[in-house]
Amino acid sequence: MNRIEFEGVSKKFLLEGGRKLLRGHLRDLWKGAGSEVFYALRELSFTVREGESLAVIGSNGAGKSTLLNVITRLCPPDEGRVSIHGRLSAVLELGSGFHNDLTGIENLRLNASLFGMSRKQTAELFERIVAFSGVGEFITQPLRTYSAGMVMRLAFSVAIHVDPDILVVDEAFGVGDDAFQAKCIERMLAFRRAGKTMVCVSHSMGTLRQMCDRALWLDHGQVILQGPVAEVIAAYQGRTVARA
Amino acid sequence: MWHGDYRFVLENLVLKDFKVRYRNMSLGVFWSLLNPLIMMTVLTLVFTRFMPNTTRGYPVAVLCGLVPFNFFTLAWANGTTSLIDNANLIKRVPIPREVVPISIVLSNCLNLAIQFGVLFAFTLIFGYRANAAWAWIPLISFFYILFVLGLVLATSALDVYLRDMRYVVESANTVLFWLVPIVYGFDIIPGGFRQMYELNPIAAMVMALRRIIMQASAPAPTLVWKLALGSVATLGAGWMIFRALERRFYDHL
Repeated sequence: MNRIEFEGVSKKFLLEGGRKLLRGHLRDLWKGAGSEVFYALRELSFTVREGESLAVIGSNGAGKSTLLNVITRLCPPDEGRVSIHGRLSAVLELGSGFHNDLTGIENLRLNASLFGMSRKQTAELFERIVAFSGVGEFITQPLRTYSAGMVMRLAFSVAIHVDPDILVVDEAFGVGDDAFQAKCIERMLAFRRAGKTMVCVSHSMGTLRQMCDRALWLDHGQVILQGPVAEVIAAYQGRTVARA
Repeated sequence: MWHGDYRFVLENLVLKDFKVRYRNMSLGVFWSLLNPLIMMTVLTLVFTRFMPNTTRGYPVAVLCGLVPFNFFTLAWANGTTSLIDNANLIKRVPIPREVVPISIVLSNCLNLAIQFGVLFAFTLIFGYRANAAWAWIPLISFFYILFVLGLVLATSALDVYLRDMRYVVESANTVLFWLVPIVYGFDIIPGGFRQMYELNPIAAMVMALRRIIMQASAPAPTLVWKLALGSVATLGAGWMIFRALERRFYDHL
């Protein structure tokens, strides 16, 4: 069964970005707007089957994050068809939605609910999430008393305890110290063993090799190569080195 | 498709907004009691001592205007900027986006409830009695909140595209303070303007509240109908505007 299907998907942005005051809109009306268009994704087609784990690689600005945003439906594509089958959970930026003035417990509950966990699930998993994060006594304290690492650990801990069919992760591996990273990777491998589907974006090729079985290499919004993870990474690294 | 627990998210966002707002104030929720009382005192001073005025129970009449109006201005202003204030949520977490402006309005409802407490206390202090007509208050408040919700859905979505929306809202709030019968009564409005006044849900709310509290009688049925229809229409329009504009939020944030 296919979990994710992309058929000829394109996403374009106006070069000047969206932010505009009334003045800007009026000026465009007056001049007849002719903003330049830039394709973040261009006619992208691929599928991810149930139980597969896809790595997305490419240099900065290749379209990796836009791809994840289209998968999670944060941004609708301009052309093509996207279908997602199953419950999806995304860790695109750790700590989105956290607030410094709320305590660890309050942030945990808020974040869990945003990730789609119900009141009951949150209550059941509460102890385990706190234990996994390792923030200990600090859980009752406002977030502003936390170190940066502790905030990330708490955020990751919530995210990893959501139990979706498809997990989408953007660059979230490099969190915390070595011990915590090992725990995270172990947790994600367990997720894979359970037959779940994953899509990961990272610049850490070692982690991707360990975590994924297929890879998609993007450049300027287009697929350069897709296939078994080791092959694609080797080709990608070969080309990067050759360029340098 | 989002499979989460809608009510749980809403509850957490409402609590977040409420706690964050008051946690950093040394007087906390006390501020929201103090504000309408100070306004009431100043307005009473100006409009009964400095200007000739013999309205009975003027302070209570003013408070009947200030309480709904304060809720309106705060919810509308905070709601309008809510999507941009929470851009990190809108852009990074796949959630049904309307929960953000809705949660701001609901969190202001907690504030409204507290201010209603102040209003009731003063009503009794000034010698009015609690009466059966008070039973109308939840119903008219409900429609009033729907109206604010509709308005906030529309302007919050528009603010994503047009960042000056917040200044439009600020100016509108200043103008509305004088266009809503807060410092004056409905009786001074010339006949030709009365229809228009009743169609403004804020004015309708104030007039209904005054009649309930100060005259111990149910609001006129036509007024309640106008409030109900105006509110539901605003909510419907706001919802449609939000849905239509939501598709391109990502590009504009």
